[in-house]
Amino acid sequence: MSRKILVVEDEPNIVDSLSFLMKRAGFEVLIARDGDTAIRMMQSRPADLVLLDVMLPRRDGFEVCREIRANPDWKSVRIIMLTARGRDLDRRKGLQLGADDYVTKPFSTHDIIARVQKLLGPEDG
Amino acid sequence: MLAGWSILLFSLAYLCLLFAIAYYGDKRADAGRSLIANPYIYTLSIAVYCTSWTFYGSVGRAASGGMDFLPIYLGPTLTFVLWGFLLRKIIHICKAHRITSIADFISSRYGKSALLGGLVTMIAVLGITPYIALQLKAVSISFNVLVNYPEVVMPPISSQVPVLRDTAFLVALLMATFAILFGTRHIDASEHHEGMVAAIAFESIVKLVAFLAIGIYVTFGLYDGFGDLFATAALTPRIGNLFTSSENSYGHWPTLILLSMAAIICLPRQFQVTVVENVNEDHIRKAAWLFPLYLLIINIFVLPIAIGGLLQFPDGGVDADTFVLTVPMAHRMEGLALFAFIGGLSAATGMVIVAAIALSTMICNDLVMPVLLRLNWRGLAERGDLSGLLLSIRRGSIVLVLLLGYAYFRFIGESAALVTIGLISFAAVAQFAPAMIGGMYWKGATRLGAILGLSLGFALWVYTLLLPSLAQSGWLPIGFIENGPFGIELLRPYALFGLSGLDNLSHAMFWSMIGNIGGYVLGSLMSRPGAIERIQAALFVDVPKRSGAFGSSSFWRGSATVADLRALLARFIGSHETDRVLNEYARGRGLNLGRLREADAALVSFVERLLAGAIGAASSRVMVASVAKGEVVGIEEVMKILDETSQVIEYSHQLEQKSRELELTTQELRAANDRLKELDRLKDDFISTVSHELRTPLTSIRSFSEILSDNPDLDPAERERFLTIVVKETERLTRLINEILDLAKMEAGRMDWQMIDIDPRSVIDDALAATGSLVASSSIVLKLEMDPWLPQVHADRDRLMQVIVNLISNAVKFCDHERGEVSILAGQLGGRLYIGVLDNGPGVPAGDRQIIFEKFQESRGPLVDKPRGTGLGLAISRQIVEYFGGRIWVEDAPDRGAAFCFTLPVSRTNAADRPALQSQEAL
Repeated sequence: MSRKILVVEDEPNIVDSLSFLMKRAGFEVLIARDGDTAIRMMQSRPADLVLLDVMLPRRDGFEVCREIRANPDWKSVRIIMLTARGRDLDRRKGLQLGADDYVTKPFSTHDIIARVQKLLGPEDG
Repeated sequence: MLAGWSILLFSLAYLCLLFAIAYYGDKRADAGRSLIANPYIYTLSIAVYCTSWTFYGSVGRAASGGMDFLPIYLGPTLTFVLWGFLLRKIIHICKAHRITSIADFISSRYGKSALLGGLVTMIAVLGITPYIALQLKAVSISFNVLVNYPEVVMPPISSQVPVLRDTAFLVALLMATFAILFGTRHIDASEHHEGMVAAIAFESIVKLVAFLAIGIYVTFGLYDGFGDLFATAALTPRIGNLFTSSENSYGHWPTLILLSMAAIICLPRQFQVTVVENVNEDHIRKAAWLFPLYLLIINIFVLPIAIGGLLQFPDGGVDADTFVLTVPMAHRMEGLALFAFIGGLSAATGMVIVAAIALSTMICNDLVMPVLLRLNWRGLAERGDLSGLLLSIRRGSIVLVLLLGYAYFRFIGESAALVTIGLISFAAVAQFAPAMIGGMYWKGATRLGAILGLSLGFALWVYTLLLPSLAQSGWLPIGFIENGPFGIELLRPYALFGLSGLDNLSHAMFWSMIGNIGGYVLGSLMSRPGAIERIQAALFVDVPKRSGAFGSSSFWRGSATVADLRALLARFIGSHETDRVLNEYARGRGLNLGRLREADAALVSFVERLLAGAIGAASSRVMVASVAKGEVVGIEEVMKILDETSQVIEYSHQLEQKSRELELTTQELRAANDRLKELDRLKDDFISTVSHELRTPLTSIRSFSEILSDNPDLDPAERERFLTIVVKETERLTRLINEILDLAKMEAGRMDWQMIDIDPRSVIDDALAATGSLVASSSIVLKLEMDPWLPQVHADRDRLMQVIVNLISNAVKFCDHERGEVSILAGQLGGRLYIGVLDNGPGVPAGDRQIIFEKFQESRGPLVDKPRGTGLGLAISRQIVEYFGGRIWVEDAPDRGAAFCFTLPVSRTNAADRPALQSQEAL
């Protein structure tokens, strides 16, 4: 069973490109357009890795990150934060909240695939 | 048959009764249970205003001048009713400074000037002398008339009998004795004579009842009431003429009213009873209507008695001034006649006693003591007990005053009517009014002004009233009146400088008041007040404000021993009284004077005020200075101290001001700093937001470009879709950069606006054309509702179009998916151009309606899936509309959805078109 990646992002074109890239890399892709939906989807079909945009409508990426980390069931879930706001402050905050990696937009497609693969490790089965 | 001795006996018995009342009153006062501490006794004592002038003279005046007796009572009534505040202020000042006479008052106000006090005393003594003469005349005539009972015979002229056998002389001596008994039994520091006041109140009742008794007898005994009396009078032409004849004009009434208004305050005896003897300032409130009431009652029967007299003695052989007595005599009413005599005696005695006491206090404190102190004060100070000396001076003064009065009566007063004599006195004391009243309300009034005004006024009074009265009595050649002195017509005393047509009294008042007030004002304006004058002026004018710490008007710098002060006081008011007041003072302040050696400034001031009560302010100051070992702070020094103090106050005031300013500046700086921080944060946010907005399309462009480049195997449809995204996002990026630059330029004011007059119709048409493809690509119905005539606006055409395009694109973006409908309305609203763009989308929540016009703030309503704009369109639209002087806002569209509207001011060139437009519309 392929590993699942949840893309949380409100910009349709970026969702399009990420989902294309992840599918090409062999992952199953789930999509949430905002923070609330993201949490609901985690509850119904927990993902192995979350690509989490920071600037989301209503509940932002930091809050979603904190919530995922607060639930022991999701301890092994990996989180990569994406942000268009390239400030160090945001980066530190994301890492402190328990994100595994932090990527600034615009990103290199090769780079982001490499990071996802590195975090999830070699495929077991 | 009334024998001379029985009338004398009755009179003496009555005077002894008065004295008994006074004695009892003093005893009660000593025991602390005052007899006079109520407003009724107070009012009755003020009624000492009604003398034998009222008792006999009013009837005399009425018999010859009709209502002419009245204005003398209207004046005091007006003063009491309207000027209660003035009386209260005088009383307040006198209590604060222990002022004991009107001379003391004026001298104290103008820097405790001994010269001024002496001047006032002299004027008072000379002015009141005729008035006392009037009383002596009344008593002696009434006695001589009564003694012939039952015959009504006018007595012989006094000057024809030797002085020692003259009734008036005996009356004068008798009254002097009683005044001495009433007023100078001991020296009282506060100069209160409670017993005397009680006796005066009693005599006020007696004279009132006696006069009413005569009036009732005449009106109801001899006639059947007022109607009958006046009807009978009307039948006699001479009497009827009194009230209708043009001879009795009312022209001099204003003079009489003003004169008596001043007299009720300035007469020394009125000042004594109203001010000095006042025990409670609140009593003046009741007296303000009780006293006028007394005046009203005592005047009711004046006319009836006058008419009764005229009817009784039609041949004019009986002096109308004696009607009160002679009418009952003619009807053999022995008891009533005697009662009338006692009433008249009562009225005269009251006046003489109070006036003599008041004048003697003034003579002693303001005339004799200052002179004695100046001549030989060290020798005086060495004498042991001075209270005996003081009493002797006062007693001597009383005798002197009465003898003066007798002299005036004997040499001058014989020929004149009572009222005429009295008015001369009124005119004299009225000279005090400017200095007195002015001094209480005008701080700039000075000693020189007061002296100048009083001297001029008094001199003119002497020249226009006193000297002519001497001339009329034959003591000066009558030519003095008729041709002027040395035949100089211009200086005729009854027509000074050619002023004629006034009665003598009005004429005298006119000139004396011009001299008085003129001298007072000019003198005050031309001189600079001395330091002590300035202090006293402030104390008098601001009296209610300063009753506290600054109430004392002396500045002492310690260094008098308690023993010295005690000895000084004892010399003037007796050692018993001294012990009493000092112990009281010590108790009040928790001091032990026995152990205290050095007296502090407060005690020295206290002693000065106490002494002022006994010997007047000016003398008291000199005496206290003598024991204070010359350590009175020089007035220059006081002023220097005050100056320094005020400089320190000013300095600290400035410091306070500066520190307040500093605090304010700090606050402003803090606010500015906060504002800067806020701006910095906003700028950070803006840069961060711009960065985000730029990176987002850039992310899509880079991702899809890499995807396209890395995946040559993509199927053509997908390839085409990705390429389209790249192009669209590039366009979005370009638009965004343009808009950011536009907005930055607008906000910095560097936008290049091409302002011209525009027809909005063409702009709307062009905007529709520009958005045509956008609308066509969707299934949206576009409606256009334009007024046939739209006013021109002054604007930049491209920018205005940008706004409309923005709003239309937004509407297209947000309107209903399936059955989208966008309406454009254009017309006029309140004299402005109105353009509205309506959609049928979800609308904008009320809470977001302000914020969506901010940069990068899109409504966070249920629009997550909507295509995103740059977030700058509305912000730019607002900048543009506001630059044109208009307003932009969003509201609910009539059915559903949002209505984005803006208004613009119309261009001025429309004014010319308007009439044509209106006529078109009218058609």
